[in-house]
Amino acid sequence: MAIRERLSGNEAVAVAMKQINPDVVAAFPITPSTEIPQYFSNYVADGIVDTEFVAVESEHSAMSACVGAQAAGGRAMTATSANGLALMWEILYVAACSRLPIVMACVNRTMSGPLNIHNDHSDSMGARDSGWIQLYSENNQEAYDNMLMANRIGEHPDVMLPVMVCQDGFITSHAIENIELLEDEKVKEFVGEYNPKLHLLDKDNPISVGPLDLQAYTFEHKRQQAEAMRNAKRVVQEVSEEFYKLTGRKYGLFEEYKTEDAEVVTVILNSTAGTAKYVVDELRKEGKKVGLIKPRLYRPFPVDEIANALSKFKAVAVLDKSDSFNGAGGPLFTDVTSALYAKGVFTPKVVNYIYGLGGRDVRTDDIEFVYNKILEIAATGKVDSVYNYLGVRE
Amino acid sequence: MSKKEVKIIGPDVNWKEITPGGVIAEPGNAEYFKTGDWRSMKPVWKEEKCKQCLLCYPVCPDTAILVNEEGKRVDFDFDHCKGCGVCVEVCPFKAIDFVEED
Repeated sequence: MAIRERLSGNEAVAVAMKQINPDVVAAFPITPSTEIPQYFSNYVADGIVDTEFVAVESEHSAMSACVGAQAAGGRAMTATSANGLALMWEILYVAACSRLPIVMACVNRTMSGPLNIHNDHSDSMGARDSGWIQLYSENNQEAYDNMLMANRIGEHPDVMLPVMVCQDGFITSHAIENIELLEDEKVKEFVGEYNPKLHLLDKDNPISVGPLDLQAYTFEHKRQQAEAMRNAKRVVQEVSEEFYKLTGRKYGLFEEYKTEDAEVVTVILNSTAGTAKYVVDELRKEGKKVGLIKPRLYRPFPVDEIANALSKFKAVAVLDKSDSFNGAGGPLFTDVTSALYAKGVFTPKVVNYIYGLGGRDVRTDDIEFVYNKILEIAATGKVDSVYNYLGVRE
Repeated sequence: MSKKEVKIIGPDVNWKEITPGGVIAEPGNAEYFKTGDWRSMKPVWKEEKCKQCLLCYPVCPDTAILVNEEGKRVDFDFDHCKGCGVCVEVCPFKAIDFVEED
């Protein structure tokens, strides 16, 4: 019998970590993810977990300690946000290329500057090509569930890559919601033991990790890493299916909300997808055929599936909670449009809206404005402007 | 994965066979990586001047001064000597010349 609770997003993640009981947690506090290591260090102090908690002096050290612990053969976890993630940057790549399935809770916050502690996705979007698997979470339940699945995905022998579980800073991290938890023993059974084939503490089979790897070998290692990332898509589906059988909660590569007969859809990550679902319901009462696609797995990007799903709509608006400063559109938009082009899908008109930067509220009427815009595009077939801003003072 | 399952990482290994993340599962595999062709200057051992004091042996960064079973140094391992010249500097008997590589 599942446990009914009410937890904030940060508490939900900390509880997931408690149930996973990793060997090492190395973390440094940064708003809005601070509560995760804070709650977790309470579990350590109270003897509820047997984790070694490493109170490091920076995020660079946090990720470095995780790399060492994971290379030693342990399970290592951490949590961070924004500039903390930026300070980990160098080691994010080392973790990924060394094929160390570390799990990180990323509580999304805008990258400074300007200095701002509130939510957008510029932190994790900046790390999107660092070689980490990225899962996004609409609400506290999804953040908890994604954390429980993260180890299984990353540690799969065909994958062996680190996993970042993202949720919206403050919006979900500090909001208390009803949540359904798994029993400790069920988590333990589901997550299982971590038994890497090669690890530093195997004294009978000594190894070196992270050696110099020049022109003759780096390319082969990168190709191998790319293959692991491709494999991750299948493994995410397999692990999610197993999780569904255990919990009844179904997760895929992305969620399609009321898309069956939809003419237009938005594509939105994390908590704003929840706001958009409300708007979809309201607009459907008026007879408007609107829907939503909420990507869950962003890295690897499910190119085939996204292109196939979007092929049946007349118009699509991709909403990005971070700008790319590339003069061409936000990161989700460029990924979606390149997926469509690469798969030869030219049917839908696709536009981009940058929204919510630095925690700017996105309201239901903002989302409604976007739906009306794409309904107009669907009706006329005309696009005035592809790359747009939503909710900025003009 | 036992060491026997791990293929030696040589120049012909493809991406499917190379060890994940560049892990070296066989200690001492630097031996397979020949660095001799990096050399622009070459040490020349002059056996007649050598007193076998072995001061050169421990300073070589590449273990390219070979010592035989009787504990006497023999000629250089030119597959790995990078020509740094440290042995030339340390020799008290000027028993190592330092010449331009051909």
